[in-house]
Amino acid sequence: MKITISGGRVVDPVSQRDEVVDVFIDGDTIIGLGRTPAGFKPARVLDAKGAIVCPGFTEVGARLREPGAEHKATIASELEAAAANGFTTVCCMPDTNPVIDTPAVVELVNQRARGVRGARVRCIGALTHALGGSVLAEMAALKEIGCVGVANAGHPLRDSNVLKNALAYAATLDLTVFLDAEDPWLSAQGCMHEGAVSTRLGLPGIPAAAELIGLGRDLVLLEDSGARAHFRTLTCGRSIKYVNNARKTGLEVSASVGIAHLSMSDEDIARFDGHFHVRPPLRTRRDRARLIRGLAEGQVEVLTAHHEPHDADAKAGPFGATAAGISGFDSFLPSMMSLVEAGNLDLMRAIDAAAVQPARVIGNPPATIAVDGLADICVFDPAETWQLTADTMWSRGKNTPLLGRNMRGRVLATLVGGRIVFERKA
Amino acid sequence: MANDSIQLDSQGRLKHFLTIEHLPKSLLTAILDNAERFTVVGDRAVKKVPLLRGKTVVNLFFEPSTRTRTTFELAAKRLSADVMNLNIEASAAKKGESLADTLRTLEAMQTDMFVVRHHESGAPEFIARQVGPEVSVINAGDGRHAHPTQAMLDMFTIRRYKRDFTRLKVAIVGDVAHSRVARSEIHALTTLGVPEIRVVGPKTLLPRGIEAMGVDVHHSLETGLEGVDVVMMLRLQQERMQSALLPSGHEYFHTFGLTPARLRRAKPDAIVMHPGPINRGVEIDSAVADGKQSVILQQVTHGIAVRMAVMSMAMGTAAQAS
Repeated sequence: MKITISGGRVVDPVSQRDEVVDVFIDGDTIIGLGRTPAGFKPARVLDAKGAIVCPGFTEVGARLREPGAEHKATIASELEAAAANGFTTVCCMPDTNPVIDTPAVVELVNQRARGVRGARVRCIGALTHALGGSVLAEMAALKEIGCVGVANAGHPLRDSNVLKNALAYAATLDLTVFLDAEDPWLSAQGCMHEGAVSTRLGLPGIPAAAELIGLGRDLVLLEDSGARAHFRTLTCGRSIKYVNNARKTGLEVSASVGIAHLSMSDEDIARFDGHFHVRPPLRTRRDRARLIRGLAEGQVEVLTAHHEPHDADAKAGPFGATAAGISGFDSFLPSMMSLVEAGNLDLMRAIDAAAVQPARVIGNPPATIAVDGLADICVFDPAETWQLTADTMWSRGKNTPLLGRNMRGRVLATLVGGRIVFERKA
Repeated sequence: MANDSIQLDSQGRLKHFLTIEHLPKSLLTAILDNAERFTVVGDRAVKKVPLLRGKTVVNLFFEPSTRTRTTFELAAKRLSADVMNLNIEASAAKKGESLADTLRTLEAMQTDMFVVRHHESGAPEFIARQVGPEVSVINAGDGRHAHPTQAMLDMFTIRRYKRDFTRLKVAIVGDVAHSRVARSEIHALTTLGVPEIRVVGPKTLLPRGIEAMGVDVHHSLETGLEGVDVVMMLRLQQERMQSALLPSGHEYFHTFGLTPARLRRAKPDAIVMHPGPINRGVEIDSAVADGKQSVILQQVTHGIAVRMAVMSMAMGTAAQAS
């Protein structure tokens, strides 16, 4: 289909373009910018006046809950929710049930995603068989079937020797390894950041050392194996220095931060509300400020929604007894834009972190609004205000501490491969 | 602050008793004054007042307890309430029923008050948010978070012996990290105006950031006890005596056990308290526990009156101010 996106402000980090210009799409490709290509007759014109047109966002590690926990969410519900919030690609973490450790489960995920009007899905396969941490997963088979990387999602390896070998094997296959930097011994008992707030609430803490030791160990083993790695959702300010130093010595490492960790701190955990329960945990205000600076300066490449939808029952209980995770898609853009409006992050870099860098990490084609580029596009109104409620949320998981809050910035349309998969009705 | 809205009703009256934190001094004083009136009830031939007649109180214990549950039961009975004890540990929770579902079932039995003990910090607050507007929830100990009636009976005991809170030095000794009693005591002492509160213990048993609660940290019992008016000992749980936190009960006694010699560092008229049950020869020497400065048994007696005060205030049948 031929589509014109008309009158929008195109913000494109790859070309560093920031100007009001029309975008012309034919099939899955952007065929022109600015001047109408000769003979171009659009079947649809999307009015983007006052809106921002940018490459679609990529989520490097969401929980879609299918297969295995369809009472929380489904592939269809979450890919639609992703598209409604500007995401064009979503990576699915392997800790489903069954685990994504065989091509069959990857095929199942792909098959369920087929026909969904939403973001496209890419699988991250398991690093070890059944995420058990002892036997390597069949990574070659996982790569062949299209996994963009491997991870031991939510189950950081206890056995450093297994990790050493797993990284070496992944390096053999040129697979990116997605790591949760966490020492499982230090984090085992905890449910929030260890500090004055956890002490006051009497909640068992997860010390910053859990992340730093996990990160330190992983970086040493990465140096040995030469594997390429992405650290998911760093939460400690000090972690940035570790990653920086590793990069300087030539390691192929990248990192992400979660939008929740940039928007909230442990001090926000009020009244034992389990909606603030997330792993890794919300850290201190100081950590938060350092992470924001790290993201703004590009020391942390990727901004992630860290999307983990849950059913209501999973959050109905005292803080420590609730399931960890925040449903992140629906507040992602407004939370990101509030960092931009506060002057902590420039818009170009924000879009770079949400769209360009994650696409690069998973080996997708460059996320750019450019002639001959793939038409994965998000159109959003940066000024529209709305309220985040169970009804306005697209994700099936309503588990967010931001419920009831006013949001500023809303997606108007999302195109995946030139196809309008989401368009907000006026 | 955030917690007021749930613990107090719109007129500032006690509705739920979940934590000492954020409660006004006037309310704590009212609890102590009411308790003072109730101590007389225990000395009568007929140990009952009709303040909770016709009310149903459910003791909801998700964690084993003898002394706290018994004193709550006695307190409710002396207020003429009907009391039911539910040991959930052994029933529904084991069958996989969720806390929310257990509550719905019990509420359907038209309960007026839940007295809750739970191993998860924040569980009583969660329950208070679930129950109907007529139901009160009293925290009988949640995780490491709070044990507010224990703290109030400690305050009652201190007031009986020391009168003026604003001139006291108080040392809280032992496993502060895992202690809900210590946290509630700190809030109560702070609110009542105690100018110097010390926590004393090895670094493994004092939690990170405890200074933010307004206490001084001491890692030596000798200096920690210097010149104090009140020594509040904490129980060391059996499973922590030989662990990554401590090498042995023996060594703990050697370094942090309260002996007569160490107690001499405190003021001569200092009182020694302990929430019980005590580990003789671990955190406290028998000579101290049974000595003339010990008020440990008085604490237990005061527990009934204090719980009567809290329960009747939460049900709106006792004065909310002195």
